[in-house]
Amino acid sequence: MDILLWGVLPYVMMVVLVGGLIWRYRYDQFGWTTRSSQLYESRLLRIGSPVFHFGLLAVIAGHFFGLVIPLSWTRAVGMSQEFYHFNALVVGGIAGVGTLGGILLLIYRRRTTGPVFMATTKNDKSMYIVLTAAIIFGLWTTLASVFLGGEGHNYRETVAPWFRSLFVFQPDVTAMASAPFSFHLHTLVGMLLFTIWPFTRLVHAFTAPLHYLFRPYIVYRSRDKGRTSSAPVRRGWSAVGTRDRDTRHR
Amino acid sequence: MRVMAQMGMVMNLDKCIGCHTCSVTCKQAWTNRAGTEYVWFNNVETRPGQGYPRRYEDQEKWQGGWSLNKRGKLVLKAGGRVKKMLGLFASPVQPELKDYYEPWTYDYKTLIDAPLGDDFPVARPKSLITGKDTKISWSANWDDDLGGAPEMGHLDPIVEKVRRESEAKIQLEFEKTFMFYLPRICEHCLNPSCMASCPSGAIYKRVEDGIVLVDQDKCRGWRQCVTGCPYKKMYFNHKTGKAEKCTFCYPRIEVGLPTVCSETCVGRLRYLGLFLYDADKVTAAASVTDPQELYDAQMDVLLDPHDPAVMAEARAQGIQEDWIDAAQRSPVYALTKVYKVALPLHPEYRTMPMVWYVPPLSPVVDLLKEQGHDAEDHGNLFGAIDALRIPVEYLAELFTAGDADRVTDVLKKLAAMRSYMRGISLGNDPDDSIPSAVGMEGQEMYEMYRLMAIAKYEERYVIPKAHVEQAHDLEELGCSLDFDGGPGMQDTPFGEASGKPTPVAVETFHALRDRQTSDSVSGEESLRGRVNLLNWDGNGTPRGLFPDKRDEPQMSADSPAHSGGRAGPGPYAGGPSASASGASGNPADNDPDALAREEP
Repeated sequence: MDILLWGVLPYVMMVVLVGGLIWRYRYDQFGWTTRSSQLYESRLLRIGSPVFHFGLLAVIAGHFFGLVIPLSWTRAVGMSQEFYHFNALVVGGIAGVGTLGGILLLIYRRRTTGPVFMATTKNDKSMYIVLTAAIIFGLWTTLASVFLGGEGHNYRETVAPWFRSLFVFQPDVTAMASAPFSFHLHTLVGMLLFTIWPFTRLVHAFTAPLHYLFRPYIVYRSRDKGRTSSAPVRRGWSAVGTRDRDTRHR
Repeated sequence: MRVMAQMGMVMNLDKCIGCHTCSVTCKQAWTNRAGTEYVWFNNVETRPGQGYPRRYEDQEKWQGGWSLNKRGKLVLKAGGRVKKMLGLFASPVQPELKDYYEPWTYDYKTLIDAPLGDDFPVARPKSLITGKDTKISWSANWDDDLGGAPEMGHLDPIVEKVRRESEAKIQLEFEKTFMFYLPRICEHCLNPSCMASCPSGAIYKRVEDGIVLVDQDKCRGWRQCVTGCPYKKMYFNHKTGKAEKCTFCYPRIEVGLPTVCSETCVGRLRYLGLFLYDADKVTAAASVTDPQELYDAQMDVLLDPHDPAVMAEARAQGIQEDWIDAAQRSPVYALTKVYKVALPLHPEYRTMPMVWYVPPLSPVVDLLKEQGHDAEDHGNLFGAIDALRIPVEYLAELFTAGDADRVTDVLKKLAAMRSYMRGISLGNDPDDSIPSAVGMEGQEMYEMYRLMAIAKYEERYVIPKAHVEQAHDLEELGCSLDFDGGPGMQDTPFGEASGKPTPVAVETFHALRDRQTSDSVSGEESLRGRVNLLNWDGNGTPRGLFPDKRDEPQMSADSPAHSGGRAGPGPYAGGPSASASGASGNPADNDPDALAREEP
């Protein structure tokens, strides 16, 4: 069972993630978008979205420090275990609470603003459940170690080595298996999130426009080569009308 | 010098009657889709008025276009690259739907389905956003014809500005006398700030004709272009999550047809043609310190297509001979740079717009007429132009960044043309003192009159076709030009519905022309000696039932031996495809791969 969960599933997840991203990039560039709803409502979005996104960026940075950088490295530069954990709890806790608060506000907005809710697909709804679950369980692993007493579980001796071992194709299943249930749950939901990632609107994260910082302002481009707009049907524009919105968006 | 070609448009506002035909035909052609219900690539605004979206010209609020920083360097008004990236998660300055309007339809079904009753059924307005009942409170031209009426006049950002700078007494006169229409499309700027704002780099300017387009595959919906465009001619399709904009009807332009808005303009007020410009000078020209000098800077960027040095450089840059010729005959070049009567819209946004406007003289003429003066006399007109400071200042805020003298010059030219040509129409000798009063010669003024008042179709629209040898590169044309007798679907042996889909512009244009101009039933001739099997009664083999064999044409009509398929190139022999066709017949008709094989 452990081998299946921590030895096989991660690779299934990665294959689906990478394969899905390649597939979507090649065949559904038209659907690759943030699908912003700011046009409908921007008061709540202006608070919720930056809080969520910046919180998430901090959380990702935290995961990087926790999972990728080995315990021995931080020891080598003289960082004590207590100091590290205190930092991880405070910074990670703030980022996690911010992310959770942000997404809750965004979900509230999505549910209560008519046009925004109508523009929410089934795909979006299931994605929100998985994403929110991943955030809640992640926050739980952090906060549990504070409120349930003790100095908490040192995931840098269990989860982190397993995570790194995945990339050299020698998964350290026993290390991961010895981690507490809360970490297992968070990891599983996280893997589920990455598995569905290429097939949801979350893909926009993979085209974060970092090249904007470097590209020239004015873009000249020759007429497209080898493409006709009469090409076989692919995803495109749909007809106007309320009925269309009613049927396809529920 | 880097010579580039740019399609441009000039609109003669004197002729605009505000009928919105351009807007409606454009909408039918381009934005009658889900997600673009509120979008008008072309809209007609009544000025003074708020415009669409409301008060879009208030750049202190909307942050569109460019500005100069402290060091005199050109920067996006909404902020630099880093600031834009930080604002990615919730665009800080973004018009909402209420700034445009909530699109609606009517519940027409009720009119038919309603049960029998005492009351007439009513088609209620339904929101196209929520699908629920709605109360219509605004639209793209809600203040149509109001012309700054007291309730809303003060909401026009330009009225605000002109009022601040003028006395209360004149305000009244201004509101009473002054109204005109302003049709607007994307400006297809030389220095587009939408493009500069796009984090994904999805917006591009076509090298060949300067048309600014959004790559629908590359756009990721960050919406920064909506903020960046000071004219608010970038729209967010809320269904697909992509930005969309006026395409300058590129599929039509590529085959030499005018844009839909131009073609359907009943006032014939739009002119289409080429500019040649120096791409290397654009940034420097847009960075001129004094906004009122931006007009001159922009004029300097435009090159004289008759100048041998320019022509040589254009050829060196790969611009084709017929395009240079088109640039020389370009009506937009004549109106902007030769006659200098067309002005750019809001040059102070520093985007170098390429849709130009001839400011309207009609408010002045109308006023003179109402007061019982001779509105055709140049003396009266000149005097009125000088006296009517407020309309001129308003126009100056629109077209010259507030330089009223420049607008006065243009209006005087229009007045002089009016007066000069009236003299000629009445059979008097041409009074050459009139043109010379505005620095023109009689012949030049007459030519300007021909272009502006007679405005022949061929003179209004000088659109060089995209080159056939580049046909494979064209987004619209694809391969349909390849076989002999092309382009167009009516040439395929099985009628209009067979074969590969033909690009929409080519198909509709040629099929329509065929239907409208031929004496017989459309499609009859295109069968070219073949038999329509639907009309064949099964008796005998009528001539043309089987294709002619190349070497023994007389035999083929009778011989059943040839029924086993389409042998030989048939009626298309000698076309470019014949050489590669071999025994498989004409590949261009039904074999998509064959064309690919033909390509070098």
